[in-house]
Amino acid sequence: MKEFLIILFSVILIDNLVLSRFLGVCSFLGLTKSLKNAMGMSVAVIFVMLIATAVTYPIYWSLLEPVNLGYLQTVVFILVIASVVQVLEAVIRKAFPPLYKAMGIYLPLITTNCAILGVMLINISEIYSFPAAMMSSLGAGVGYMLAMFLFTGVREKMEKADIPDFMEGLPSTLMAASIVSVSFMGFKGVIENLFG
Amino acid sequence: MAKKRSAGYELTKGIIKENPLLILMLGTCPALAVTTSAMNGLGMGAASTAVLVLSNVVISLLRKVIPDKVRIPAYITIIASLVTILQFLLQAYLPELNAALGIFIPLITVNCIILGRAEAFANSHGVLMSAVDGLGMGVGFTLALFFIGSLREILGFGTFFDVPMPWISDGGLQPMIIFGLPAGGFAIFGIMVAITQKLNKRFYAQKPQETMDRERYPGSISVRTDAIFETTEIVDGPRPARTPARDAVPASLSEPGALAKKEQADAESEDK
Repeated sequence: MKEFLIILFSVILIDNLVLSRFLGVCSFLGLTKSLKNAMGMSVAVIFVMLIATAVTYPIYWSLLEPVNLGYLQTVVFILVIASVVQVLEAVIRKAFPPLYKAMGIYLPLITTNCAILGVMLINISEIYSFPAAMMSSLGAGVGYMLAMFLFTGVREKMEKADIPDFMEGLPSTLMAASIVSVSFMGFKGVIENLFG
Repeated sequence: MAKKRSAGYELTKGIIKENPLLILMLGTCPALAVTTSAMNGLGMGAASTAVLVLSNVVISLLRKVIPDKVRIPAYITIIASLVTILQFLLQAYLPELNAALGIFIPLITVNCIILGRAEAFANSHGVLMSAVDGLGMGVGFTLALFFIGSLREILGFGTFFDVPMPWISDGGLQPMIIFGLPAGGFAIFGIMVAITQKLNKRFYAQKPQETMDRERYPGSISVRTDAIFETTEIVDGPRPARTPARDAVPASLSEPGALAKKEQADAESEDK
């Protein structure tokens, strides 16, 4: 249990998906203008991340690895993610129309979001057990959500700030991201102190 | 339909005018993650360029064969296969670079530059032009990564291609480690974007917003996000004039000695 908690917290706080591993930066910069979009995207990412891990993990360890086809992981994983997203979209549209309204539009964006493929590859390269891999995916998704929420708040404040002309738009957003990233560096020692 | 343009234009547009990283904002993830040294930046750029040129060529060759509805999965499969081949080559010939770039080599597959160029250019142009476009965009991406990597290496570790800087080896100054960390990556990237937008304005009289135009640059960051914000208002034209910070203070308080007078008045009223 302790091992899972360590994985969960270190993935959320120390190895934060966006702010220290730099996965999913495109959506982080593009979708943090309003809380509604940040929320929809984060929920969709957590959802797809968990389902994709549940599918790719057995495929890798029981199909590819035994016959030495591990090098095909990139091709196989990206196809799995694309199909999972397509199926999920169709199912949600038919079965849960309100949910589709809330997060359906974000699903196609996820196929080419490097966060998902990146986490799948990390789970394989770290040689996690299946529950640990699920935990790491959950942590990565929650970490993404946390970063998105915090940064949305920062950007709402920035809307009102008087920014010099040459820094306006993306440059100032990136500088703000840099400062948010510094604040996450403060978590470095937390895990050792929490779990000894 | 896209306008016919000379090969020279397609080759050089990626350097400043349509720089994929700094103007179109494609491929931000590898740009931030692997640019801790000039060598890594150069390596990542070269690897992406190779995949970009080859994928543009293959997709351009197959553009009449692939049905329109399944083109995105088809493109992704082509790109993923090319990336797998590249990964083998790197493992065999440049194992050090492969280790330094880590999972960002397989992640070239989902790099928006490659899919973006396939969508925006390769599926509507001939083979030769697509190759030239891929090369030009790749060179622009490589240059941007190289500059970010050099700055971060010089400032953060005090070396350049692993050669120590004179002011560090003399023992005068300490390197600023923050530039080697994620936070410094965001900061340097922000500054590079600001500089490129400035250069773009000067050389091409082009406003940053125009390059984010969804019709002309499919695949840029705003396209993917704009598509889902049909309700979001897009503000056209000049921005409303802002009140400078100093005007926010009432005039009665901004004249010399006003604060002292106010304090005096407060003190008097308290005395009473």
